Amino acid sequence: MPFIPHTDEEIKSMLDTIGVANIDVLFDEIPKELWSSKLDQLPDQMTEMEVVKKVKALAKKDGTPICFAGAGAYEHHIPAAVWQVATRGEFYTSYTPYQAEVAQGNLQVIYEYQSMIAHLTGMDVSNASMYDGASALAEAILMAIRANRKSKSKLILVPRTVNPVYAQVAHNIVKNQDIHLEYIDYDPATGLIDSKALDAYQDRDITAVVVPQPNYFGLYEDVHSLTDWTHAHNALAIAVVNPMSLALLSTPGKWGGNGADICCGEGQSMGIPMSSGGPFYGFLTCKESFVRQMPGRIVGMTTDLEGNPGFVLTFQAREQHIRRAKATSNICTNQGLMVTASTIYMALLGSSGLRNVAAHCINNADKLKKKLATIDGLKVLFDGAGFHEFVVQVQRSAAAVIADMAGRGYVAGVDISEQYPELGECILLCVTETKSDDELDAFVENLSACLD
Amino acid sequence: MSYVPDNLVYTASHEWLEKLAEGHYRVGITEFAQEQLGDIVFVELPEVDEAYAQEDECGVVESVKTASDLFAPLAGTVVAVNSALEETPELINDSPYDDGWIFEFELDDESELENLLSPEDYRTSIEDED
Repeated sequence: MPFIPHTDEEIKSMLDTIGVANIDVLFDEIPKELWSSKLDQLPDQMTEMEVVKKVKALAKKDGTPICFAGAGAYEHHIPAAVWQVATRGEFYTSYTPYQAEVAQGNLQVIYEYQSMIAHLTGMDVSNASMYDGASALAEAILMAIRANRKSKSKLILVPRTVNPVYAQVAHNIVKNQDIHLEYIDYDPATGLIDSKALDAYQDRDITAVVVPQPNYFGLYEDVHSLTDWTHAHNALAIAVVNPMSLALLSTPGKWGGNGADICCGEGQSMGIPMSSGGPFYGFLTCKESFVRQMPGRIVGMTTDLEGNPGFVLTFQAREQHIRRAKATSNICTNQGLMVTASTIYMALLGSSGLRNVAAHCINNADKLKKKLATIDGLKVLFDGAGFHEFVVQVQRSAAAVIADMAGRGYVAGVDISEQYPELGECILLCVTETKSDDELDAFVENLSACLD
Repeated sequence: MSYVPDNLVYTASHEWLEKLAEGHYRVGITEFAQEQLGDIVFVELPEVDEAYAQEDECGVVESVKTASDLFAPLAGTVVAVNSALEETPELINDSPYDDGWIFEFELDDESELENLLSPEDYRTSIEDED
């Protein structure tokens, strides 16, 4: 078979067969104004040598800034062994293989991944992963609608302390499905979900409540009361968590009297580089009673006719190749390669290693908070305990502070003023285990010089 | 040829109805349906006290091959479900017309039964599908 499958001749023969003049006709139903223009800024061709030079020069422009930004993508040390193993030819594939059971090694990796992430989140079952944390939340919401059959409202409460990007993605995915997301405000004094805002819903039919931990401001929500409140109102609790923090925090499976029902989040922090925003992977876990509503692939362990252990895809009857439009999801896949790296990362660190990383993150964030409290022109907002992120309010424009810091070789956090205008000029800072005391001091010194 | 009892009424989507009392019917899926589905591994039962219009999806029967919707045969309200199916869904394979019944239904209008299939009609319809 030729490497390039569609020769001009083959294309013509296919078009002739169906009686169509050219390929463009096949896209007739798309309005012309939505067609992309030709890529006329690109040269017709470049040699590999020229491309490498060009791309290297572009990459050099990025420099090697020191990162104090998080907001959903986190810099952690990735042991060299992780990608050395993950990029072995035997593992190197982006999805679940199409003839899945032939690739027992791939299925075993996914099975190990499912076991680890289920354990880390304290839930019974996990799927083989999703695109990213934001789409995992959207799928968790769709799953909750299917699972909570007693609720007729399709009303989902989403606190404003959930990552706004996640809330936006979830909104985009569910908005045309008669599902209502309503946003719950936070208490401006604490930065935590306002229980009074929740109580306004106490007589309503609620399908599910999203509970973030830590929240977008890096703070710990009172997840036990929130989960109990949710269950008392016959709604399902959807946990959105940072998996690294779960090495130390109580797992969603143990929240409140009955535990969260569905848990999701972004897995990038465990073994995946930030890479300008992707590819990442989302995880989705749940109580066993909801497994049939869970979208995506699930790998199970079984025995063959001779009693040998083996791995198979299971619960496929709900998937799109069988259920078509009625499948649990038609817009998901797993992130095979990312999950492979993450599984190796988790295996390499073990639970004590993950606990160490999480503890160092908290320790470094506390140190940085204390150091920043000593300089003028900046205020650390909210007093509560948190993980590795916190919000600082500045007197200049937050965007200008971040731009000035970029000139000094820093990614100095994420400007959240637009998403939370009521907080004024605000920056969300993050510090992980990767920063030394000297780096923290240098950051504070540089930031101090950019504040007025 | 699958067994089609003479004392029942049928739908084109392979449910059967058995009269228990005036307006009160028991519903399940036919022997032909369970044969087509293969080994049944899970049943999502309708909600008791829930009202359905005719042909509303009211549950799911999942086999090793596929998950198939269960439809309300006529307009009515579910008054009981066979909770034994939660633990032993294979009852539908073993005994589709007895122990494998799925739910009990109060019909809104019993006269609508005329619109469903007689045993003869149902036999003809599955002969066509076979």
